[in-house]
Amino acid sequence: MSRPGFVLEVDDRTPPLLVHNGEGFLLERFPLGTRVVYPPEALPPVRDVEEAIQNALLHPLESEPLPELLRPGMRLTIAFDDISLPLPPMKKPDIRQRIIEAVLTMAADAGVDDVELISANALHRRLTPNELRDIVGERVFRSFFPDGKLYNFDAEDAENLTHLGQTRHGEDVEISKRAAESDLLVYVNVNLVAMDGGHKSTSIGLASYKSLKHHHNSHTMIHSRSFMDHKASKMHHSAWRMGEILTEHVKVFQIETTLNNDIFGGPLEFLQKREWEWSIKDQASMLGAKRGLALAPAKARRKIFQDVRANYGLTGIHAGKIEPVHDKTIENVHKQHLVEVQGQSDVAIMGVPFVGPYNVNSVMNPILAACMGLGYYFNSYRGNPIVRKDGAVILYHPVDYEFSQLHHPSYVDFFEEVLSESTDPATIEAKFEKQYAEDPWYIHLYRTSYAYHGVHPFYMWYWISHALDHCGDIVWVGANRKTVERMGFRSASTLQDALEMVSHSVGRSPSITYLHNPPHLLADVR
Amino acid sequence: MMLALEMYRSPAKFLAAKAVGSRIPGVLTGPAAPLRLVTINEPKADRDGWARIRPILSGICGSDLGMVTGHTKLYFSALVSMPFVPGHEIVGELLEDCEDLPKGTRVVMDSVLTCAARGVEPCESCVAGRTNRCDRITVGHVAPGLQTGFCQDTGGGWGNVMVAHRSQLYAVPDGLSDERAVLTEPLAGAVHTALRAKVEPGQSVLVSGAGAVGLFATLALRELTQAGRITVVAKHPKQRELAKAFGASDVVAPDEVFRGVRRATGAFRLKPELNAKEFLLGGVDIAVDAVGSKDSIDTVLRVTKAGGRVVLAGMPSTGADLSPVWFRELELTGTYASSREEPNDRPAFETALEIAAKAPLDGVVGARYPLYRWREALDHAQSAGRLGTVKVAFDVRAS
Ligand SMILES: [Zn+2]
Ligand SMILES: [Zn+2]
Repeated sequence: MSRPGFVLEVDDRTPPLLVHNGEGFLLERFPLGTRVVYPPEALPPVRDVEEAIQNALLHPLESEPLPELLRPGMRLTIAFDDISLPLPPMKKPDIRQRIIEAVLTMAADAGVDDVELISANALHRRLTPNELRDIVGERVFRSFFPDGKLYNFDAEDAENLTHLGQTRHGEDVEISKRAAESDLLVYVNVNLVAMDGGHKSTSIGLASYKSLKHHHNSHTMIHSRSFMDHKASKMHHSAWRMGEILTEHVKVFQIETTLNNDIFGGPLEFLQKREWEWSIKDQASMLGAKRGLALAPAKARRKIFQDVRANYGLTGIHAGKIEPVHDKTIENVHKQHLVEVQGQSDVAIMGVPFVGPYNVNSVMNPILAACMGLGYYFNSYRGNPIVRKDGAVILYHPVDYEFSQLHHPSYVDFFEEVLSESTDPATIEAKFEKQYAEDPWYIHLYRTSYAYHGVHPFYMWYWISHALDHCGDIVWVGANRKTVERMGFRSASTLQDALEMVSHSVGRSPSITYLHNPPHLLADVR
Repeated sequence: MMLALEMYRSPAKFLAAKAVGSRIPGVLTGPAAPLRLVTINEPKADRDGWARIRPILSGICGSDLGMVTGHTKLYFSALVSMPFVPGHEIVGELLEDCEDLPKGTRVVMDSVLTCAARGVEPCESCVAGRTNRCDRITVGHVAPGLQTGFCQDTGGGWGNVMVAHRSQLYAVPDGLSDERAVLTEPLAGAVHTALRAKVEPGQSVLVSGAGAVGLFATLALRELTQAGRITVVAKHPKQRELAKAFGASDVVAPDEVFRGVRRATGAFRLKPELNAKEFLLGGVDIAVDAVGSKDSIDTVLRVTKAGGRVVLAGMPSTGADLSPVWFRELELTGTYASSREEPNDRPAFETALEIAAKAPLDGVVGARYPLYRWREALDHAQSAGRLGTVKVAFDVRAS
């Protein structure tokens, strides 16, 4: 049986603790009394995945069984979460492949022959054919991709978008025309964190900029507390309103899955364990990995991490009507991620790992590093942030000046042009967002190459606006001074220095909480 | 007799100075030093319309530095008469009546020595008021020399006394300080550049270079046109700051031009194979080169949109790649000095005096030197951008 997450207080017997630090990790000794929040161990997985899938499709929540929704001559569209999930990517076969195959089998039995599969990547970059193949599997790929029936959503293809109307708040709902005109839209989701799924799947994943800008903006994001709680997140409220409009027009059959915390296997298995429980073998692999990483050239180091494929086990699968399905999903996600934390602290410490949703098979550039730490990890709470208002956040990541021109061309410009002018989300939104969103070159690269949409770095920056607003100090340990300064932060060479730097706002003996992730955790701050 | 700085070698020989390197003192103390501080006879003003002037402040211009360091083209060797006293950016005081201008009037000077000053039948350009295009700058009763400051007979601003013809002079309004008035000549050049750029309302403009020429061009473009976004290429922090104060919408570093212009205009950026320089499809409507270097010209040609206009406001060096002019059907145009009849139907100097009165020009003359400290003055002017100075001037009265 897996153990729940828990909070450890550092005392003089506590060994140095592991901290993720980009494409590497380090062992850090934390001040006595530091609270360390450990994620729960991986929940036991569902034993028979195929059976669980069949069961979900045949006994859905508040919906007819899938076979009853299928009939000859109908138009069926299957949309699925893109490569930004799960993190790290999962070992084959991908759970999406298994579900899609099951859905397609039922569709074939029912005589449905008009089927299209869409990667719901919204403004994310297109997936390469190989990445699509990794998700849907060889058989589905070969049957649909060559005929253009398996493809990436294109938010800039005006002819293939449909405006479904506006919400009562005046928000436009504009989504994939194919999805909008389908007799049935099946959505295949992978829920890694509580933020995903629900109405976010269709009304965000298949939507255009015109629609997304209503909630992906600094105002909404600063008022979303937290993103992990769809009832307290303004962004989710907006998506839910849009979902109402969308489901008035299209019948959606939602399939959501939840995964356990079994991320690191093989030689990296020690990353999964609690340090004082490391066996001799774990310690050896830790030292080996540490030495190997230190010696490896940057390229090789990157490959080691990018090749990580997680061993996730399925913890649940639910299908049917969006809301009840999502409630079950949240239940499962919370079971895996929630850790109870008593009270806020003066300082929160977080290690930013090598991968985030937007640099799969790519580079974690400075903006993505900031977003990972201050957008995702900072917001990984329920109730209250882990750090008190005007407290300090200390992050670990090298934050090198490194960008992928292929995947993140607008990020480079954003970093150089926008951040040198202002780091205030509302200011840069007003002054620069539209230009970036409508820049024909970015649009061209988004549509024909593998670039994130021009507006994407803005969204990353808005993600962190709640943290910027909430925290008094943000300091990066071991980071490139120039890059973090451009983003409006400070850098320190050691944890000691960082604590020294924040002492004017939190004092010399602040309460400290270290969030020991990944694997992912969700701090339930009481 | 008077004290003056004198240029005393033929420009051809100045080429030797190039070898010494770019540090001015090296050039000036080396074997090829083309400049010396001397006591010489005052120039004569014994013809109608001519009068003597005592310079108060006299600026150091990029073309003066080019002459001293031997970077000026041989093209010009036929257009000067040696030895001469340099200095064509002046504010001075009339030592005698000059037609309608009484003795003691403070004046600024359009330095071009046109048909009127030379006492010859006006050429076609002079008749039309396009005085900077005069074809007779080597004939008449004045020694050859395209401008005052390059002519043996007139003297120049780097001496205690010089002469000028009434056609060159503009009275300085009472409220205008000497520090501002001395900027009139370069400002007039900028007025000419801005008007020659023919900017239509809303058009985007790139100004490459944030020395005096680039900064003043930016100012004039803002004052005289309805340009939309003006992007200025600036290297140094003070230049960036001034470019903004003078009306730039945004400022980019030299190595950010392609990125900056692409962003500003939503152009497409293409990188040819191997080491060929990149270029934009799309780009600014109009580019002004205020540097003159091969790199700068190459860049402005590559970031101007098809059918756009490129204005060369700095003396250009050779070797720029003209393929974009052909492929993008660019209009390539030069601007030299300024003219009596500008497209706004006024002499550039009148417009310039107005701008000099109201623009944020305090502190633009960042350093003043007496003539005897000319080595330091020229050295300072040579590294003005890096030192945060726009204009270095001689304080001639203090000499
Ligand atoms: Zn000049
Ligand atoms: Zn003439």
